[in-house]
Amino acid sequence: MEIFLQQLINGVTLGSIYGLIAIGYTMVFGIIGMVNFAHGDVFMLSAFIALLLLLLLTQMLGLPAGLAFVPVLFGSMCLTALWNFVIERVAYRRLRGSFRLAPLISAIGMSTFLSNFVTVTQGPNNKSIPPLLNKIIPLTSGGDYDVTLSYKQILIVAVTAVLLAAFWFVVQKTSLGRAQRACEQDAKMAALLGVDVNRTISLTFVIGAALAAVAGSLFLLQYGVVKSSDGFVPGVKAFTAAVLGGIGSLPGAVLGGLAIGLVETLWGQYFSSDYKDVAAFSLLAVTLIFMPSGLLGRPDVEKV
Amino acid sequence: MSAPQPLLSRAFRDGVVAALIVAGLGFPVIAYRAEPDFNNVLTLNARWPLFLTFCALGFALRFLLTLWTARPRPLRAVKAPEAPVRRPWLAPLGLAALIAYPLLMPVLLGPQAALKWVDTFGVQILLYVLLGWGLNIAVGLAGLLDLGYAAFYAVGAYAYALLAPLTGLSFWALLPVSGLFAALWGFCIGFPVLRLRGDYLAIVTLAFAEIVRVVLVNWDVVTHGEQGLFGFPPISFFGLPFIPGPRGFAAHFGLKFAAVHKLIFLYFVVLALALVANFVSIRLRRLPLGRAWEALREDEIACRALGLDTANIKLTAFALGAFFAGIAGCLFALRQGVVSPSSFTFNESATILAIVVLGGRGSQWGVALAAALIVGASELLRQLDFLKMIFGPDFDPAQYRMLLVGLAMVAMMNFRPRGIVSTRQPTITLPAAGVRP
Amino acid sequence: MSSPRWIADPLLRVDRLTMRFGGLVAVNDVSFAVGRGDVTALIGPNGAGKTTLFNCLTGFYKPTAGRIAFSPSGLRDESRIEALTASSRRFWRDGGAGLFLLERMPDHEIAKKARVARTFQNIRLFPGMSALENLIIAQHVALTPASGYGFFGLLGLPIYRRAEEKAVAKAEQWLERISLRARANDPAGELPYGDQRRLEIARAMCAEPSLLCLDEPAAGLNNHESAELARLLREIRDRDRVSLLLIEHDMSVVMAISDHIVVLDYGQKIADGAPNDVREDPAVIAAYLGVEEADEAAAEAELERRPPQ
Repeated sequence: MEIFLQQLINGVTLGSIYGLIAIGYTMVFGIIGMVNFAHGDVFMLSAFIALLLLLLLTQMLGLPAGLAFVPVLFGSMCLTALWNFVIERVAYRRLRGSFRLAPLISAIGMSTFLSNFVTVTQGPNNKSIPPLLNKIIPLTSGGDYDVTLSYKQILIVAVTAVLLAAFWFVVQKTSLGRAQRACEQDAKMAALLGVDVNRTISLTFVIGAALAAVAGSLFLLQYGVVKSSDGFVPGVKAFTAAVLGGIGSLPGAVLGGLAIGLVETLWGQYFSSDYKDVAAFSLLAVTLIFMPSGLLGRPDVEKV
Repeated sequence: MSAPQPLLSRAFRDGVVAALIVAGLGFPVIAYRAEPDFNNVLTLNARWPLFLTFCALGFALRFLLTLWTARPRPLRAVKAPEAPVRRPWLAPLGLAALIAYPLLMPVLLGPQAALKWVDTFGVQILLYVLLGWGLNIAVGLAGLLDLGYAAFYAVGAYAYALLAPLTGLSFWALLPVSGLFAALWGFCIGFPVLRLRGDYLAIVTLAFAEIVRVVLVNWDVVTHGEQGLFGFPPISFFGLPFIPGPRGFAAHFGLKFAAVHKLIFLYFVVLALALVANFVSIRLRRLPLGRAWEALREDEIACRALGLDTANIKLTAFALGAFFAGIAGCLFALRQGVVSPSSFTFNESATILAIVVLGGRGSQWGVALAAALIVGASELLRQLDFLKMIFGPDFDPAQYRMLLVGLAMVAMMNFRPRGIVSTRQPTITLPAAGVRP
Repeated sequence: MSSPRWIADPLLRVDRLTMRFGGLVAVNDVSFAVGRGDVTALIGPNGAGKTTLFNCLTGFYKPTAGRIAFSPSGLRDESRIEALTASSRRFWRDGGAGLFLLERMPDHEIAKKARVARTFQNIRLFPGMSALENLIIAQHVALTPASGYGFFGLLGLPIYRRAEEKAVAKAEQWLERISLRARANDPAGELPYGDQRRLEIARAMCAEPSLLCLDEPAAGLNNHESAELARLLREIRDRDRVSLLLIEHDMSVVMAISDHIVVLDYGQKIADGAPNDVREDPAVIAAYLGVEEADEAAAEAELERRPPQ
């Protein structure tokens, strides 16, 4: 029971990170109907940017790690947003009128480029930082297994919750959100009505990247290690989360993220950690095949 | 509106903006590299010269691009579409060159130096051509984006590596078996996924391929995990092994033993099978099945309205593509002598996909060309020793290869979405009216 | 007056068909019949549920409720229809032309077995393939067995060559009928809009249908092209003896060629009869007079659908 509780906590933490990445997938899919395959690698890149900024601030400027984390998070968000802005301009913008698989193929190319770009510039090995923010709160004690909750985990879940609330507000209440929803429905009509479609799409990519950067920084904080191939598997899992939650739906993305995080940790605990990726990938296949509109998505009526 | 700026100052401003963007992208990923020091603590190594070089490049490229796009251009008449040039001599000539190549290399370079030329630039390129042609059936003709092609490749390779010692059958017998195994997998995977929309199908094939790979890594009892399988029977010349000594191939034909003989034979086997794949693709394209594949790529709903059973048609494309991947896998096992999961990662699928995308979806010539280009380019990178001096001793060309493959895919989609060879020849034509009696 | 053909000799009968999307009822309890050898027009203001009804007939949507009975040789034997409905089967094909319950069949089976062919509101040709290839693919169902499911063809056996020659001859004949013989080898997507419309109809005809369903065949055509189209459709009815069911907004086309008109509004049938009766029906007049603005919108939508020239 204690072990289950502990894995539940770990699963929610991991799930929050997946959820943050999944929002990027779901928003881009919602607005231009494209699976942004490179998003996982954007996440990985953001973790590297955070890592380098952290080292820069702690080693060069001598800031304490705890204090450095806030500017690191902010810097990583900005720089990753710039990356994704450029990626959209370079790799996707021209393809909106192309054949239907063109954006996906371009995104696969971009994903391959990004992961190898980081390999080339930073080397293929694990990069680990000394653990940060190590305080833990024991929840149970005295048993043979103590359930703990770390400050990091609290921080991760809290940041996810706050960001989700903030972006929910943006999409529901602001003119940007209205423009986004208008482009989702009918980009041509939105353009005729004076919505700057290009700007809206760019902003969507920028927001998605900023959230991925938060996820990347939190990932680094929680696990303390990152390598250049870390974009692929978390990316696919986050995509699974987006599909499971119902692609296009923001709360769905977070819900899906939590579900994937829980499945992964519980599977790793009770079955086999070697096969935990198999569990996630199978879940992806099963979801796409049997419930492609997910938990909170709208059913997709085929237009004839 | 303000007065138009002088061109040079506009180009300069564009260049500065580009340099700033590159600076933003490159900081800190290019400017610093985190490496563990002797205490295994990550420390930063600044690389300002490299960083500044990239910024300068960004400035220069953008500066020149602005000048170039603003150059005065005469109005050009729209070019009338040219009639396709027929070059009937091209195919026989190419075939003759392909046959002569492995035989000439040992003569020109000596048997030892020829090894690499026959193996890397011969067998390896041909294997990629075979894989490209196989994937082309699914992606190029039927429009099914298969991101898990390496899984079928792996099934073929493992089928041979496992069955050869177990059954004692020769590779001629196991070659079709490997293909059929892969096709069976294609069938099983294809069955549930083929009613999905295009991009979902791509992702599910990717998921299945990863599942296959993880199983290969972890199912130690059968696959020996990361280490992989080796020691299975190598290729033989119709029963004659390629070994030194009186019972070997060389002695039997009165030749001096050379390792290159085996590769030359393998080269011809791969060439023959690639030609079979080519023949089947070209023939099928002119048959109802192949036309249905192309129609499916163009408009699935219209296909259904015409009574085409789209599920079956997709399944055949998927399974046939997988069949050729299985054959290629078997040949890969014979070439490497070892089969391990690291050869069948997503990168491998991406490389084969890039070959198809580069070559032009649906074009046989283009795919062959692209395979030669990608393998050739990565080998070229390996050859360029001065790159090591620039990038340091741990320079690994394989990483640059994938970097370039990724960039090439993006560039192709943006500038030539139909590939290098972009014209489509109709599968059947009507002569001009009145020509026929 | 003798009873009209759609009552005396129908080949398609829609009984109490309903199609719901979530809360929206697109087609509500609609019943009508299509006479064998007739041109039947399905008209109504935008959003009346015409295309949805079409998609139900051709299997692209599964109707929520109702029955669609179809038989190329006519639906005179009521007891057979009832017996098939009571059974769990989708169709009977004992000799003769067979009897089909379309609401039970998937789309490709409707085209292949029941031989109901259709065109689409926003043309769905195979744009990258030549006009000729488009017409050959339409004969896929007939050609596939002749190609030995690929094997005979792969070996280059004469049995397939002969079948293909026949298919090409038929395609050529159709290309001549729609005056596109000269452009047989051009990609279908590069043809002018009006030609694409006619090519799509020819393609559907190459599938040898017993009922041809056309979704707004005259949309976006000019007067001359509309007249040409009306001639082609009449020819299909009289020469090829194929029954037609069409959705159309262009009243000049509808009145010129229809034998029977069914009017839908808001998913319900409001009129059903011979053109002259329908023209005078007060309900129809009300539905149409009340929608002048909607017509304008429809005209604009049509302009929008035209590919840029």
